[in-house]
Amino acid sequence: MSHFTRWYGAGPLNLLALLASFGLAGYAALHLAAARPAAVAVWFVGAAVGHDLLLLPLYAVADRSLVTLWRRPAAPLPALPWLNHVRVPALLSGLLLVVWFPSIFRLSHVYHPATGLSTAGYLARWLLVSAVLFGISALVLAVRLRRRRGAAVP
Amino acid sequence: MVRDGRGLRGHEVMRSLREGGPVPPGPFRRGFWRSPIRGPWLTAVFGLVLLGGVTVVFLTGLLSYAAYNPDLPGNDQTPGKGALGFYLFAWPTHPYWLYRLSQGMHVTLGLVLIPVLLAKLWSVIPRLFQWPPVRSVAQLLERVSLLLLVGGAVFEFVTGVLNIQYWYVFPGSFYTLHLYGGWVFIAAFVAHVALKFRRMVTALRSRRLREELRIDTAATRPEAPDPDGLVSPNPAAATMSRRGALGLVGAGSLTLLVVTVGQTFGGPLRRTALLAPRGTDPGSGPNGFQINKTAAAAGITEARTGPGWRLVLAGGPRTVALSRAELLGMPQHVAHLPIACVEGWSTSDQAWSGVRLRDLARLAGVPGPASVHVESLQGGGGFGTASLRGNQVMDADSLLALRVNGADLSADHGFPARVIVPANPGVHNTKWVARMTFAT
Repeated sequence: MSHFTRWYGAGPLNLLALLASFGLAGYAALHLAAARPAAVAVWFVGAAVGHDLLLLPLYAVADRSLVTLWRRPAAPLPALPWLNHVRVPALLSGLLLVVWFPSIFRLSHVYHPATGLSTAGYLARWLLVSAVLFGISALVLAVRLRRRRGAAVP
Repeated sequence: MVRDGRGLRGHEVMRSLREGGPVPPGPFRRGFWRSPIRGPWLTAVFGLVLLGGVTVVFLTGLLSYAAYNPDLPGNDQTPGKGALGFYLFAWPTHPYWLYRLSQGMHVTLGLVLIPVLLAKLWSVIPRLFQWPPVRSVAQLLERVSLLLLVGGAVFEFVTGVLNIQYWYVFPGSFYTLHLYGGWVFIAAFVAHVALKFRRMVTALRSRRLREELRIDTAATRPEAPDPDGLVSPNPAAATMSRRGALGLVGAGSLTLLVVTVGQTFGGPLRRTALLAPRGTDPGSGPNGFQINKTAAAAGITEARTGPGWRLVLAGGPRTVALSRAELLGMPQHVAHLPIACVEGWSTSDQAWSGVRLRDLARLAGVPGPASVHVESLQGGGGFGTASLRGNQVMDADSLLALRVNGADLSADHGFPARVIVPANPGVHNTKWVARMTFAT
């Protein structure tokens, strides 16, 4: 191992790639934060922190709680495979909410005057889409349970 | 813990960081992370999809900036761009659906990639909590770079998603934030790809996708332990196979696609865009297609668009003023063109009819203009004016439209007259035109 690698912790190409990247990022950041540096920095760092330390822990805790409910009582693996039939539609519905919540909760006061379109209906449509997602999942589970019972009865 | 045993003098800080001390409880302990499917192969699959997808989104984003022809007077939303405008070129008018396609892809593909980005970030989250946090200078720099990468990615997605929903809570102009934020992000993205590409390829080769897709939950086992510590040393029993995880992410992308992509179609298919901002039509009839900005929002009153309205042509040896009746008396041409917005939505082709821009240029006494500056009745502020380049003025399908789909323009679509140019971003098809100044 060369003297440099031992001191730095990686090869010289690693250092050059990162420095080139910081150069360009810094140049762009000067433009990005020119008008309101503090607010932009808060948004930029907040984006990373908001995901890594808020959104991800939230859905991870929700998921772990669901798995715990599913596992009890302490059998090795529950007989009924319903876990993912809740997980999948819940995650899809949540994903739609995360992306479209400004429309769903009618947060924009500019949308209607600018577009001539109504802001009403997004909440209703999100609920309907969620209902369809959970409904399809329930139907598939019902079919699977029925098949299993059919197979268990000789 | 790795100790090379030869900490260099003068770097006591680094050494104490490297040695860390006792590992704090919770997420800093590797056994805290128990998913049995987390591992380099799964991360590499998400990484590969993002490598392709993010590249397309970035490049179409660059195209969108070029489509505004920012070198022409009044067009540049980010005039301080400096070297970041190095690639700009004269935006073409062919194919006429170019901006509809490129910007539709930018926004729709961006939305579809959100589940993949979330999955990728989930798959590497244990690395955020590695202990000690910094083992070497290289790692310190990489972590700073990752802050730019993750912060940049989430920042770009959030500003884009908020902008298309007209919720302008971000700190400043969307154009400034999204353009420069994109460059900060791509700088970190390119470095990340350069540093991790070989690892991604190795990880992808460690398992075969086709075989992986046959493994159900019961047969799912963790990947082999990896030097990055993604694979849990304390895995729980699998509740979902890798196949299931890939399917879930794919289902997320598909769901977003289905409730969004309709806003780039015309006809009844538009209504399939259940949650996208432009999933419903503002009205019916010849003028019933999507409105970029209503007359009321632009402050246009009937008094200013009535019989007293004149189109002023300037820039030539004489200034010409034309009434709407005089314009209708000139040779009329029909062009079938869409409206395509920076927000990603577009209309199907509409049948516009009116006077060719090049005929107006000749009338103004500037038969081969380098550009034209178009001013709307709405005056200054957001896109009250726009400049078009010579190639746009001279295109046979570039019109000052007076009618659409067989009817007079409605107030919301720019009555008495509006610009419509092939492949032009929606906001540059200026409505309620009052004055056109040709330049050589």
